[in-house]
Amino acid sequence: MTATLACARLLAAAVIAFAATPALAQGPEDKVVIVTSFSKELTDPFAQAFQKKHPGTRVEVQNRNTAAAVTFIRETRSSPPDLMWASAPDAFEVLKKDKLLQKYQPKAQGIAAKVGSYPVNDPDGFFVGFAASGYGIMYNTRYLRANNLPPPKEWDDLKKPIYAGHVGISAPSRSGTTHLTVETILQGEGWDKGWGTLLEIGGNLAQVSDRSFGVPDAVNSGQYGIGIVIDFFGLSAKASGFPVEFAYPTITTIVPANIGIIANARNQKAAEAFVEFLLSEEGQQILLDPKIQRLPVRLTTYEKVPPGYPNPFKDARLGARVIFNADVSEARYELINSLFDRVITFRLKELNAAWKAIHDAEAKLGARPSAEATRLMAQAIKLAGAVPITEKEASDRAITGAFQEIKAGQKAAGRQAEFEAAWDAAAVKNYAEAKALAERALAAR
Amino acid sequence: MSSLPTIAAPPPSLAVRLGASPAQVVALAAIALFLLAFLIIPIVRVIVVAFTGPDGFTLVHFGDFFATGLLREAFWNSIYVGVMTVVVASLIAVPLATILSRFRFRGAALIHTLGVVPLVMPPFVGAVAMQLIYGRNGAINLLLLDWFGFRIPFMDGLNGVIFVEALHYFPFILLNLSASLANIDSAMEESAQNLGAHGFTLFSRIVFPLALPGYVAGAALVFVKVFDDLATPLLLNVTNMLAPQAYLKITSVGITDPMGYVISVIMIICSLGGMALAGLALKGRDFATQQRGGGGLARRSLGPAGNAIAAVFVVLVLLLVLSPHIGIFLLSIATVWSFAVLPDGYTLAHYATIFREAAPLISNTVLYCGLAGLIDVILGGMLAYLVLRTRLPGRRLVEQVAMSAVAVPGLVLGIGLLRTYYDVKLPFTGEPLATFWFMLVIAYAVRRLPYALSAATAALQQLHVSLEEAAENLGAGKLTTLNRIVVPLIVGGLLAGFVTSFATAAVELSATLLLVARAPDAPLAYGIYVYMQSAAGRGPGAALGVIAVVVVAVATYLAYRVAERERGLKARELL
Repeated sequence: MTATLACARLLAAAVIAFAATPALAQGPEDKVVIVTSFSKELTDPFAQAFQKKHPGTRVEVQNRNTAAAVTFIRETRSSPPDLMWASAPDAFEVLKKDKLLQKYQPKAQGIAAKVGSYPVNDPDGFFVGFAASGYGIMYNTRYLRANNLPPPKEWDDLKKPIYAGHVGISAPSRSGTTHLTVETILQGEGWDKGWGTLLEIGGNLAQVSDRSFGVPDAVNSGQYGIGIVIDFFGLSAKASGFPVEFAYPTITTIVPANIGIIANARNQKAAEAFVEFLLSEEGQQILLDPKIQRLPVRLTTYEKVPPGYPNPFKDARLGARVIFNADVSEARYELINSLFDRVITFRLKELNAAWKAIHDAEAKLGARPSAEATRLMAQAIKLAGAVPITEKEASDRAITGAFQEIKAGQKAAGRQAEFEAAWDAAAVKNYAEAKALAERALAAR
Repeated sequence: MSSLPTIAAPPPSLAVRLGASPAQVVALAAIALFLLAFLIIPIVRVIVVAFTGPDGFTLVHFGDFFATGLLREAFWNSIYVGVMTVVVASLIAVPLATILSRFRFRGAALIHTLGVVPLVMPPFVGAVAMQLIYGRNGAINLLLLDWFGFRIPFMDGLNGVIFVEALHYFPFILLNLSASLANIDSAMEESAQNLGAHGFTLFSRIVFPLALPGYVAGAALVFVKVFDDLATPLLLNVTNMLAPQAYLKITSVGITDPMGYVISVIMIICSLGGMALAGLALKGRDFATQQRGGGGLARRSLGPAGNAIAAVFVVLVLLLVLSPHIGIFLLSIATVWSFAVLPDGYTLAHYATIFREAAPLISNTVLYCGLAGLIDVILGGMLAYLVLRTRLPGRRLVEQVAMSAVAVPGLVLGIGLLRTYYDVKLPFTGEPLATFWFMLVIAYAVRRLPYALSAATAALQQLHVSLEEAAENLGAGKLTTLNRIVVPLIVGGLLAGFVTSFATAAVELSATLLLVARAPDAPLAYGIYVYMQSAAGRGPGAALGVIAVVVVAVATYLAYRVAERERGLKARELL
């Protein structure tokens, strides 16, 4: 029956095409296929509104996690879906590198060029930012009350010993937005100090989640109390009734969410129409829905936002103070992901133990520790906050090359597995030594 | 153990000496072809990178594996967790199976059904429910903390993984052992009793040894499944095991080093090793008995005290193993459930939300998983028969290839199928074969073939070949013998295979997420995934999870009723 229907539709389409004016014949195709990692709450309203505006075009949404989406697009290049719609900037970079995206210059006017310190659109024109989000701290109010914890306000608060075992984050290798935040900290504070901060917060982490949504999910349940998350996770959970709050720290990063047209898209016109719809006043308005809660990139949309809605173009806290060098970031992208996993994700227990020993010793040593104890503690803190590679090495082509696809004729300084084995061993050794030093300092009081 | 009861040494039968009939050769070739097309070629196309260096073939990546401390640690952790889970799962499953098969116990059908439900852990929802019940701040620990001021780390580290895995996978042992116990003839038991064996002696010397094939099949499956399981370590955030290490490499965007595939290859080898070890444990022993039609062991009355003890045990175990499912149910009717023993309030709104979408998701799940289970039972049954009853060359190899599927990550198979069959277009519609819904059936079937295969093998090991010879001597053809003798007598094992395949396929996510191309083709697991990506979707996602559990429970119950009727028809009146 569907076949008959399809035939009838085809016939009708042919008749219309024959009779229609050229302008009508150039309208969007009858469907647009979108691969997305966004939740239903976001995709459904957009799909419905778009279909209302373009009644002849059906939106087909394929929900996949980011990795499955990238793999799917890569494996189906002979007849791919039309659009990739996701947060993760790294996924778009990978697709771009593999020549799986096509250039598209949106016609929409009045879109900001930059949000915070990041460009909204890909400088090469392969993907387009349609919304922005800021990183911040989400916490479960019941959990904090039960554990007598004050709500953390700043990133540095998360280093405090009282939060040990109460904080969660997603791994930068698993979440492109977390990656940007990590990179921002490293660029903002400098390599050594930045890693010091990350590792000290790492000492308090209860978990490094393998998916972005794992963090808000755990905070919502009260599995742990505090999550380092992107704003809409916190805000939409609150809107859904969970006892959670979200706060931006004084300095935060703003990251864009993107859409890109896939190379050789079958429904080119419809895909373009969808991108334009996202950027239109109508589309941007949908972002303000309490269950979506993303920051529009169209400046005029902010005239209609409810009071208290974050505005990254007015509010100086949101990202403006951070300087972000995209070239530095790109060169060491894969390396940072791997390094974070070696020294934090996979050695979390050891890292927790080292910082616990340090914090215990600090508490017991009091205000006037002996000179020997002070020296030992300084050493311990240095070891527990150090990574086994310098900033210069991290940008060295020969080393970063080991973490990228090996091209013929390109010589890397070693295999990824060799670096990873060495870093893992160094992390284990450092944390064990730091723990021992802190214990010795306590004995030398 | 030397006193294993053997009725007769198997005489070299005519059929066996002659090798095999043409039909059997064709059957083996067909199975081999199926595996080649939908397992070997797709997998090899993906994992070839594990053996590829800048200058072509290399084994250097395997050297890297063993040179990395983290990965060596992961390797031993996986083995440790696998072995310990078998022990813990046995503690749950062996008493349950014994009570069910040896005693007249009311509600046995219900327990058989509920015994399968733990296999159905809907993706994400199951994880959230487990954390809300057993987690650090789950219901039980919040109560303990309130009343006694301490917590029990159920879900911490490797021991947490063992705890959750045992609750999750003990049905493998329960199902296979029950099927095996049901195949033991009561005459065996009666003879032993006449000779003065009772109680534990009877159990340890007669019943358990005779049921060993089923137990070993189940235990081996538990080991390899746990060894390769990804969901539980991820749920507990334990990353220093092999499966999560492979997964994190393979699914991270932008990671290009081959270590993920190297780990996959090592996992496949280890799983085959585990299976081979299990085979070795049974080697040189004969479990077959000739008597048939007794309808299994005599079911004894327990007496009031025994009944009460058994009932308490069964209820406690079921409460323990079904608590995640109770949690999922609560989640599906909860308004908000956060850092509390129970939800804040209750609502049916989540069911209303999914009401319209649920019907196609359910029918797709039943269709896909039913077909996959059927394919598995047919292929697994045929292959088990060919391996045990013929001397066809290559039959062991085909068996091992089929078994290796248990260790293949769903994602790797998904990528392979997509890579191999996306450019193969269907006639008429021009749709790529890879994203046609039947490919999901195949993906499910391939990965679960080992369950049906080992269940069928265990059942067939208990069936003495002389029964088939007798039938043939009486003039029955091979097909008639198969139809009238073999299949009816191993139907319990086949059923166990079907149920495990069906139940686990119903919640498979990784391959599903890659191969579903259109929402109308999607099964329940996809629907759950889509909801569980946002805070507001937790309730509706849980509601879909409940539906998945109910679908599997109903299917299992129906399958069990059918098997019981078969059994009832055969059973002779004993009392």
